[in-house]
Amino acid sequence: MNDIGEGIVAALGLLVTLDPDLIDISLRSLQVSLSALVIACAIAIPFGTFLAVQRFRFRRTVISVLNALMGLPPVVVGLVVYLLLSRSGPFGVLGLLFTPTAMIIAQVVIITPLIASITHQAMRDLWAEYHDLLISLNTTKVQRVGTLMWDGRRTLLTAALAGFGRAIGEVGAIMIVGGNIDNVTRVLTTAIALETGKGDFALALGLGFVLIMLALLVNFAIHGLSGTEREGRW
Amino acid sequence: MSDMLPLELSGATVRRKGKTVLGPVDLTLAQQGLTIVIGPNGSGKTTLLRVMHGVERLSAGSAEWSVPHSEARRRQSYVFQSPIVLRRSVLDNLCYPLKLMKVARRDRVATARDWAARIGLGDALATPATRLSGGERQKLALARALIRKPDVLFLDEPCANLDGRATRDIEALLLGARAAGTRIVMATHDMGQARRLATDLIFMVSGRVHETGHAGHIFTHPETPELTAFYNGDIVE
Ligand SMILES: Nc1ncnc2c1ncn2[C@@H]1O[C@H](COP(=O)(O)OP(=O)(O)OP(=O)(O)O)[C@@H](O)[C@H]1O
Ligand SMILES: [Mg+2]
Repeated sequence: MNDIGEGIVAALGLLVTLDPDLIDISLRSLQVSLSALVIACAIAIPFGTFLAVQRFRFRRTVISVLNALMGLPPVVVGLVVYLLLSRSGPFGVLGLLFTPTAMIIAQVVIITPLIASITHQAMRDLWAEYHDLLISLNTTKVQRVGTLMWDGRRTLLTAALAGFGRAIGEVGAIMIVGGNIDNVTRVLTTAIALETGKGDFALALGLGFVLIMLALLVNFAIHGLSGTEREGRW
Repeated sequence: MSDMLPLELSGATVRRKGKTVLGPVDLTLAQQGLTIVIGPNGSGKTTLLRVMHGVERLSAGSAEWSVPHSEARRRQSYVFQSPIVLRRSVLDNLCYPLKLMKVARRDRVATARDWAARIGLGDALATPATRLSGGERQKLALARALIRKPDVLFLDEPCANLDGRATRDIEALLLGARAAGTRIVMATHDMGQARRLATDLIFMVSGRVHETGHAGHIFTHPETPELTAFYNGDIVE
């Protein structure tokens, strides 16, 4: 119990003094996870919507694979991305290993299936509602996907937030591909792992509180920006 | 008068789950008029309309317009039995088909406002369509169908659940569209409405066209005992 108390004190101390290391680490966490989120959404949301609208031969298989990929262990993703990016790997020449870019790539791989799967489920219901009308109006595939994404944007927000939560809290994969290098690839989660390992529980807990606050802040910010509460009437 | 018509159905048949839901139906939809489709529940009215509109897969037979299929699809509208509204404002619901037709934004909004006023929703432009009452939704779905200025308009019981006044409003809109040259095909359970509007009648029983004829004759001289019974409000199996 004492540790938690000290953690809160440590966290407040770090925050009040605007500790430069803490700010640096937090900003990097945000930068990596938000970049991963934007890229993953750009792929997963149209793809998940398309899966809801289009019948094709291996559709069920694709959906099962997607659901299975949701449970992909991050450590294994990290390992595979590591092997691909390592000097002897196929993308070794790019020199991306142990950079924030490598961490973004790993997080994109982890959260894209999650966002695509939630998107697909939400869009399937909306498509059932809109199906007859959009067919009758002679819409093209692209128009159908566009209409569903626009009218279902509030559910898509939930999908995106779930993805962000998973990305910012993830430690296994980014530890492997980022290497937890001070001032380069250290983020909140890897810093927490490091401080815990060193036995500095107060600092670890302090970082932990900052991480939670950050996650909450981003949630509120996105909800606020999109006006979900005000328009939560659909 | 539209060059899309006549529409020829020959041997049109729809089977679902091993059961014949419609047909075989042989029917010509003439160039002019307002055709009313009547018949008991489950007799295939909706299925017939959907086949004509081209959104129901045929198991056998054909449905051919006098113009190519893709052009025909562009020039017709359909109002579904349970109205479908988009999760958008009333104004955006009305703008939607115009946007698909690539009408410029300013014209879209002006036209949509005009139609909203015509269906009595002029003060509810910003209201989410999902908040409308059942009758208001039905009117919105009708306006959204008419805003495309279709050559042919299909309506599946557009006045079910509406009170007398709303029914009268909708009938006025339909007669207006008809005067502007829109060919209307409409299913209804309301015999009074059928008598008021029809120039032709199609009477369906068990997925088949049981009797058809012109309004002047078929209402006063039904040929089959089933249609006579239907007029009398008796149960037709
Ligand atoms: N997809 C389907 N699969 C199986 N049966 C179907 C399907 N669609 C329609 N049916 C059946 O086809 C028959 C005709 O249905 P339809 O909706 O055309 O009737 P309707 O005349 O419009 O009835 P109502 O007056 O109740 O609207 C019904 O018995 C219905 O159960
Ligand atoms: Mg019906």
